[in-house]
Amino acid sequence: MSGVQSRVSPSPWVTSRATLVASWLRTRAVLREWTLPPTLKFSGLGRFGEVLGAQCLAPRETLIVMSHLKQQKVKMLEVQFVGDDDVLNHILDKEEGAKFRKDRAQVLVNVKKLMKKQENDQDEDDQDDLKDENYVDILGADSQEYLKNGCVASGGNKVYSFQTRKKPEKMAELAYEIAKTSGKSVPLICKNTEKMASTPQSSKKQSTSEKDQLKSDEKNEFLSTPYRLRKRLTAVSTFPSDTESEYSDSNSEDDKGIKQEEEKISEVLMDQKRLTKHSSLSSSSCKKVSAKKMKKDTTTDLVEEYFEAHSSSKVLTSDRTLQKLKRTKLDQQTLHNLLSKFSPPFSAELKQLNEQYERLFHKWMLQLHLGFNIVLYGLGSKKELLEKFRASMLQDSVHVVINGFFPGITVKSILNSITEEILEHMGTFRSVLDQLDWIINRFKDDSSLELFLLIHNLDSQMLRGDKSQQILGQLSSLPKIYLIASIDHINAPLMWDHSKQSLYNWLWYETTTYRPYTEETSYENSLLVQQCGTLALSSLIHVFRSLTPNARGIFRLLIKYQLENEENPSYIGLSFQDFYQQCREAFLVNSDLTLRAQLTEFRDHKLLRTKKGTDGVEYLLIPIDTGTLSDFLEKEDKEA
Amino acid sequence: MATSSVSKGCFVFKPDFKRKKISFPIADYFNEGESLSEDSKLRFDTCQLLWQQMKSEAEELQEELNKNLFDKLIEFLEKSHLEFRKKSTNWNYQIKSREIPTAALVLGVNVTDHDLTFKGLTAMLRDTITPYVVSLQAKECPDVKHLLQKLASQVMGCHIDMESTEEEEEECVQLSQKKMHYSMAFLSTWYRNVTQKKGSESVNKKITSSSQWKKSPPIVIILKDIESFSTKVLQDFIIISSQYLHQLPIVLVLGIATSPIIIHRLLPHAVSFLCIELLQSLSCKEHLAKLLDKLLLTTRFPFKLNEKALQVLINIFLYHDFSVQNFIKGLQLAILEHFYSQPLSILCCDLPEVKRRIHSLSEDQCESIRRLPSFMRYVEKQTPEKQVASLTNERFLKGRMERKSLSLHIYHENFFIVLKCLHAFTSSLPKYPLGRQIRELYCACLEKNIWESQEYEPALQLLRMLAKDELMAILHKCVEVFRSSPGKQLGSTAEKLKEFLAQFQSLEESNEEENGSGSQQKGLQKTDLYHLQKSLLEMKELRSSNKKQTKFEVQRDKVVDMIDNLVRKYLFPPDTQTLYEVVYFTGAHTLREHLNAAPRIALHTALNNPYHYLKNQALKSEDDSIPNVAPDICIAYKLHLECSRLINVVDWSEAFATVVTAAEETDPNSTASEEIKEIIHARFIRAVSELELLGFIKPTKQKTDHVARLTWGGC
Repeated sequence: MSGVQSRVSPSPWVTSRATLVASWLRTRAVLREWTLPPTLKFSGLGRFGEVLGAQCLAPRETLIVMSHLKQQKVKMLEVQFVGDDDVLNHILDKEEGAKFRKDRAQVLVNVKKLMKKQENDQDEDDQDDLKDENYVDILGADSQEYLKNGCVASGGNKVYSFQTRKKPEKMAELAYEIAKTSGKSVPLICKNTEKMASTPQSSKKQSTSEKDQLKSDEKNEFLSTPYRLRKRLTAVSTFPSDTESEYSDSNSEDDKGIKQEEEKISEVLMDQKRLTKHSSLSSSSCKKVSAKKMKKDTTTDLVEEYFEAHSSSKVLTSDRTLQKLKRTKLDQQTLHNLLSKFSPPFSAELKQLNEQYERLFHKWMLQLHLGFNIVLYGLGSKKELLEKFRASMLQDSVHVVINGFFPGITVKSILNSITEEILEHMGTFRSVLDQLDWIINRFKDDSSLELFLLIHNLDSQMLRGDKSQQILGQLSSLPKIYLIASIDHINAPLMWDHSKQSLYNWLWYETTTYRPYTEETSYENSLLVQQCGTLALSSLIHVFRSLTPNARGIFRLLIKYQLENEENPSYIGLSFQDFYQQCREAFLVNSDLTLRAQLTEFRDHKLLRTKKGTDGVEYLLIPIDTGTLSDFLEKEDKEA
Repeated sequence: MATSSVSKGCFVFKPDFKRKKISFPIADYFNEGESLSEDSKLRFDTCQLLWQQMKSEAEELQEELNKNLFDKLIEFLEKSHLEFRKKSTNWNYQIKSREIPTAALVLGVNVTDHDLTFKGLTAMLRDTITPYVVSLQAKECPDVKHLLQKLASQVMGCHIDMESTEEEEEECVQLSQKKMHYSMAFLSTWYRNVTQKKGSESVNKKITSSSQWKKSPPIVIILKDIESFSTKVLQDFIIISSQYLHQLPIVLVLGIATSPIIIHRLLPHAVSFLCIELLQSLSCKEHLAKLLDKLLLTTRFPFKLNEKALQVLINIFLYHDFSVQNFIKGLQLAILEHFYSQPLSILCCDLPEVKRRIHSLSEDQCESIRRLPSFMRYVEKQTPEKQVASLTNERFLKGRMERKSLSLHIYHENFFIVLKCLHAFTSSLPKYPLGRQIRELYCACLEKNIWESQEYEPALQLLRMLAKDELMAILHKCVEVFRSSPGKQLGSTAEKLKEFLAQFQSLEESNEEENGSGSQQKGLQKTDLYHLQKSLLEMKELRSSNKKQTKFEVQRDKVVDMIDNLVRKYLFPPDTQTLYEVVYFTGAHTLREHLNAAPRIALHTALNNPYHYLKNQALKSEDDSIPNVAPDICIAYKLHLECSRLINVVDWSEAFATVVTAAEETDPNSTASEEIKEIIHARFIRAVSELELLGFIKPTKQKTDHVARLTWGGC
């Protein structure tokens, strides 16, 4: 069996998870009591950095000492491929060690499993805050094994030791997992299930011995391991796995120094570890038992998980970028065209779902009239639904539709459309509050006035502010203004405190539609959508062509300077004096004034921004991203 | 679509023609848009009527509860500024006049209820004491300038309301147009003018309380939410107004939600300018208890909540906001839902009205009555002939119904009396085995037979140990309950109670004699150990048997037995009653869904388990995983859960593509056409931007082509 093939299944370490979670929780509880000196900072291993830091202060917890040593090994790790012999050697060692530990016998079911386990440890990433158990498991298991092996181990060490840079593959793994979960049979699956059949024995044993220990959520994990196994195989055969060199730390600049520091510390710790070796073996096992109780405290666990996830500044992800993939950002139009070719599945069910909601329309109207306001939540765009509601129920009444997701929307514009278009008031108001007062008084005086407000995405960027919500709430609390709104953001309800909630007087309705948020996201400056790139480029070219040759030269100078300084993060622009000097040298302008006149032209087209620096000097900057600028230069050079 | 544009966010629609309004526009919606039948209109009217009655009852209760507080406040106001009115010039007053009389109203955390209290307060003050009542909120007063502006405009506005003479109005218009800079000095000159003018005028319209007030009514400034005011604004305002105190009789009323200490914390220096009187309002829990008593524990309103629904409303109250207003809102929703969803709720009205309505029931309605579970249970207990009759003969059915609705009414009457009596008995027991508040006891009784509950027996045991004065107090309470209830059903019990009371009274007199005679001590003689033990044992026996024999204990047992009998006879849960469905609202989950929704959970479920919403077999999965045919956003979500804080978009997109291609049954070995790949990429982009909209991820600059996760640990 080669090393590659032996990375088959993570199942063995799943088995010991339940017990180890407990011990890890205990460990963390201990760690929390020690304070981390602010001067010590570790990189590279995220959570481990913290653990190590604590260790330096009070190296009592042997478990951690072990893990620390592991970390040291990571730094030395070079070899990725492990031969069978190496692996087998270490397994023999392991088995001897296993006899020490009766309570964890199920982990060491057979040689094969152990082998997988080691491989797996290497594969797993300790950064994953969701699957904290994995981390715990690895920490616990490895430290114990390490104890048994003694402190020096040559080739095998690299295999057993920690490797923390597998994040992307994990996602890929899951992808395979999901890809295979449907009932549809893909040829690959057949192949996999055969392999599955060869290792059923191990998983069965696990299931009997472990089930009682596992909590329900962990059970799910456990049940899914066969999928992982399959997927791992497919990953090997089909997935064009990327070379390791592509992975790197998110900020690798200061890595080196810290590594050295770590190594120093580890040397010191090495001695201490030898001393405490024996005691820890017994203590860690009894700790496990006692700490099981602590597991109940899941809420604090969640809190800790959060801080765990955010305490370290290092996150390991792969370095691959979209540019390498040659999949450039799409613009809105192409995206739209592409998506229109794709028809969403489950249209029958979606229709059924929608019909169910449409039946509520009359009830909504009734409840609106009785002084409640209605808020819709749930996954999927609710615009269509509300639009249908509008078309079927509100044709004979005055109503305003407000697209909260529209980037330019403000409370002021909402109030304006009410005062100007509905109440037909031509005057202006000194402040939004005045305007609100005026509207409230109008509605109080004239009881025949009725108004429906439909707000799509009440929780949008522009409307979620406290003041906006207060004003909208006051508006909706008027008995003759009926508000029906939709929210999408997961934290949207946090916008409202008790007093606002009572102003709104909400009735909540769940309307999960699964409709794509096409319009809602079309305004958003999305990550992958090249929002205005082409637009900016074409307008840039357009403006540029209308310029005089001198002005073109001036602008080109500025672009070039800006591109040269692309890498400089503290670049704030070209100072006016320098720019003038450069222009003069290129014989583009003859005086300060002419340059300023030219610049005004750019400024009018929003191609230039001036900023006063801290020293009072004027700096010039083109507010267009560098990609577009270089594209522009390329194009211009070609034409020239 | 008419409502999407790249340049506009608001779209106003006005109907072209003013269509003539339908006579009952709201009721129209009541019947799911179908043609308005007489029946549903009647149902809607009943619903509205019932709600209006309950609402006005609740408002009355609120007023009544506030009355005490308001009376104290008025008393305080009358005391303050006595010297000002007398225009006294003595030295003492000069010193004192630096202190602003301040009433601190501690109103509790239920901020949502405060508005109503303040509204009542303002109205009452305007009617009885002064036209110059100003109520200010923190959000209107970001700085002193705004505060003074608000203050002045409100004070003068009040004045104009009262006077409404032409010249005043003109003046006012001028003022509001100018929006001139208001200051305290300006206000005080204005005040002097007005009061002098008034002094010369002899007529006074509204204010009648005391002649003193006519001359110089105080200016009451209500700061509704003192906690949210900024320290600086308050401090400045207080210092300024204390300077003008000898010209303007200012009184402050502070609304406090937390505790009175907040005044000192907010105003460490300016507090010396205040002369504070603390007034406590009724706690919201008591308010709720009173409200339940008035609205639900009464036969006045036919509408009732079942155990679960009531529990939902009470839980929202106790665990979320302590807001009585929200509780009333929940009640309103419950009423609406009940009448909307239960066609037979047409019979949920007063007793005489029910009789009339029963006679006019249509055939369909009779049929649906026959289908009521509670009615079916009732029919099953009948003799076969009667069963047939009630299932076929409409007239017979109506006769039965009439009788049953009457018996339901009587059941409720008795139920509430006995419930209140039982509460009187058990509310003072140690550890409150049956609950301290009547709502707890009520819920328990609604749920099941209370005497079968675990806590009932111990409670009775404790009752058998009550001291006499306690027992008498309880009996007095019970007599009070009987007296206040209108029904005469339990008349004999009331008599019995009075008898018991009388007996206890007489016991008290005879007790002293008994004490004298009964306690003759047998002196312990010197004996050996065996004899001592024996005699002690004898004495113990004697004492225990003696104890049972005291008259008081006999009576006490009788009382406890009586209440036990009452409970067993009358306190069985309402769902055993025929026609239970007509008056009890059972949709607890609808209340929770609409009042206490969980949007995050809904979102998570939709993403994690689409089968919950889309009932397609292809989406079914046994464990945590989701099938690859799931909607794009679900797949993207699932994949992103695997990552920590940062997610590499490229990896994400590849993983996504893997899943999606597998779902489309294309041969993974053959390279898919470029177009399909493009489409998949586009789908991925959409899924990612949707997740961004939902707040799961956000773009980050930490690393190129990465996004940051905003959630951790699932949802």
